[in-house]
Amino acid sequence: MTATLPLSDHLPPRSVFATAMRRVFGHHGLMLGGIILVLVALVAIFAPLLAPHDPYAQNLSRRLIPPIWHAKGTWEHVLGTDKLGRDYLSRLIYGSRLSLIIGLSATVISGLIGTTLGVLAGYFGGRTDAVINYLITTRLAMPVVLVALAVASLVGGSLQVVILVLGFLLWDRFAVVTRSATMQVCHGDYIAAAQAIGCSTTRILLSELLPNILNALIVVATLEMAHAILLEATLSFLGLGVPPPAPSWGLMIAEGKQYMFFSPWVIAIPGVTLLILVLAINLVGDGIRDATAPENRN
Amino acid sequence: MLRFALRRLGVAIAVAFTVSLACFLLLHLSGDLATSIAGPEATAAQIEAVRKQYGLDRPLVTQFADWLWHAVQLDFGRSYYFQDRVIDLIASRLPVTMILGGLALAFALIVAIPLGVIAAIKRDSWIDRLALVIAVLGQAMPSFWFGLTLIIVFSVQLRWLPASGADSWQGFILPVVALGYYATPAIMRLTRTGMLDVLGSDYIRTARAKGLRTGTIMFKHALRNAIIPVIALAAVQLGFMLGGSLVIEAVFSLHGLGYLAWEAIARNDYPVMQAIVLILASIYILLTLGADLLNAAIDPRIRVR
Repeated sequence: MTATLPLSDHLPPRSVFATAMRRVFGHHGLMLGGIILVLVALVAIFAPLLAPHDPYAQNLSRRLIPPIWHAKGTWEHVLGTDKLGRDYLSRLIYGSRLSLIIGLSATVISGLIGTTLGVLAGYFGGRTDAVINYLITTRLAMPVVLVALAVASLVGGSLQVVILVLGFLLWDRFAVVTRSATMQVCHGDYIAAAQAIGCSTTRILLSELLPNILNALIVVATLEMAHAILLEATLSFLGLGVPPPAPSWGLMIAEGKQYMFFSPWVIAIPGVTLLILVLAINLVGDGIRDATAPENRN
Repeated sequence: MLRFALRRLGVAIAVAFTVSLACFLLLHLSGDLATSIAGPEATAAQIEAVRKQYGLDRPLVTQFADWLWHAVQLDFGRSYYFQDRVIDLIASRLPVTMILGGLALAFALIVAIPLGVIAAIKRDSWIDRLALVIAVLGQAMPSFWFGLTLIIVFSVQLRWLPASGADSWQGFILPVVALGYYATPAIMRLTRTGMLDVLGSDYIRTARAKGLRTGTIMFKHALRNAIIPVIALAAVQLGFMLGGSLVIEAVFSLHGLGYLAWEAIARNDYPVMQAIVLILASIYILLTLGADLLNAAIDPRIRVR
């Protein structure tokens, strides 16, 4: 495998985004992104131990306390409180659970759909490929935000609905990438050998082909996870995602919107948190691409 | 070329049809429309009355065929909430979204192409790095949050620009920046890669050897070729921006098509939703079709594929 060779140091840079990441964060992009992601995951897992307050507990006498770096901030509420007096830090900590669960679950669903379609299209080609290509084109023509909002509104917004809607809408990139990756590897000798000794098509696809397109798959998965997390925040911000009083970061921004003129931190804090998480996921994705398949950069 | 164009047109029409079928099924299968329209306090008899009134008791196939038959004649029925004809509602809201999308694309091109060109010419300079930071942030920032941040900085703190409304041209500046920023990274990346490819080619070396001025080489020889794929990408990006303008219109209270869609969704105004999805999808399909034909006209190799 190429992973053992520091190929990325010798090849001319082809991807602006990947080199962007490299130049902005040195060669430590993958590390940095990985550390942030692990931290966020730990925070999400140990939320009950880390959160200083109950994220749902309201206290109307302690509304809109500013964060600690303001003159009026208190150590009691390090990141301040929201319009109902709920501790902002605790809500942020519990909110990481929602973002990660939605990001991961939606990516698993869309990954299963997209990879199945992409691998079938790439391996069989011909008419199968034409039909699946047509499906991809159709999916791309559907306005994602609009369709997701419409369905969430009809079914009623909830965690499960958001996951399912995003999972069933975001499979296009998985399909496009696995299709072309499959086309590249399916003429390899080991595939021909497997066919020659009479392996079943299922076995060839699962144990010969899939491991060889796994790198490309992981990179798309990180991109789509970031995409799903941003879309969940958007749906919740528009009032049709995860319903209140859940501490979704998008919902926190929506609830803070009317106070943002006098207390800009109510939207700045969840917004920056979201930005950092998505940035970290993108860094990890690009790091993996650089480390495993420098020739696939585009 | 004509055969290629006709084949692509056929596929485009089929895709538009499939998209409307998909949205129709999605909306009908994800819940009982009559119950949603009648509201949470409706009795069973009221729900049945709504079902009859809107023809929701007919078989799905009949409903879809009926809707499609009228839709191709641009008749989308009446809005459940506004009571106006859907086509009139859309016609009154579409200009705002088109202006927003068009200006956002113009903004993205004006920022991205020069940055991409300079980033390619002066590789590894500070401006190249700046361009990359812009690209990295553009992929990670939620658009509604970027919009709100623009409002806080330019409307509240600096008091330069209005925070909402389309009454004056100033009201469009922040939404255009917020929407256009999302198309910037992709266009900039493609311009930069295109320029780097072209600058390494033989004919640029020849032009340099002839002693032409650097400016002439960059703009007459290099950019002209590097820009070709960017045009096609810009068309696709415009399609994405029109689809995503809902979020920006909601943030800046711009009463365009996206805002109408948001209102319709909140009120279970099903005919309006369905019509907007079809129109946005059709615009996207037309734009990608235009991009494909343009590419094929420029590059004959595409036609035989």
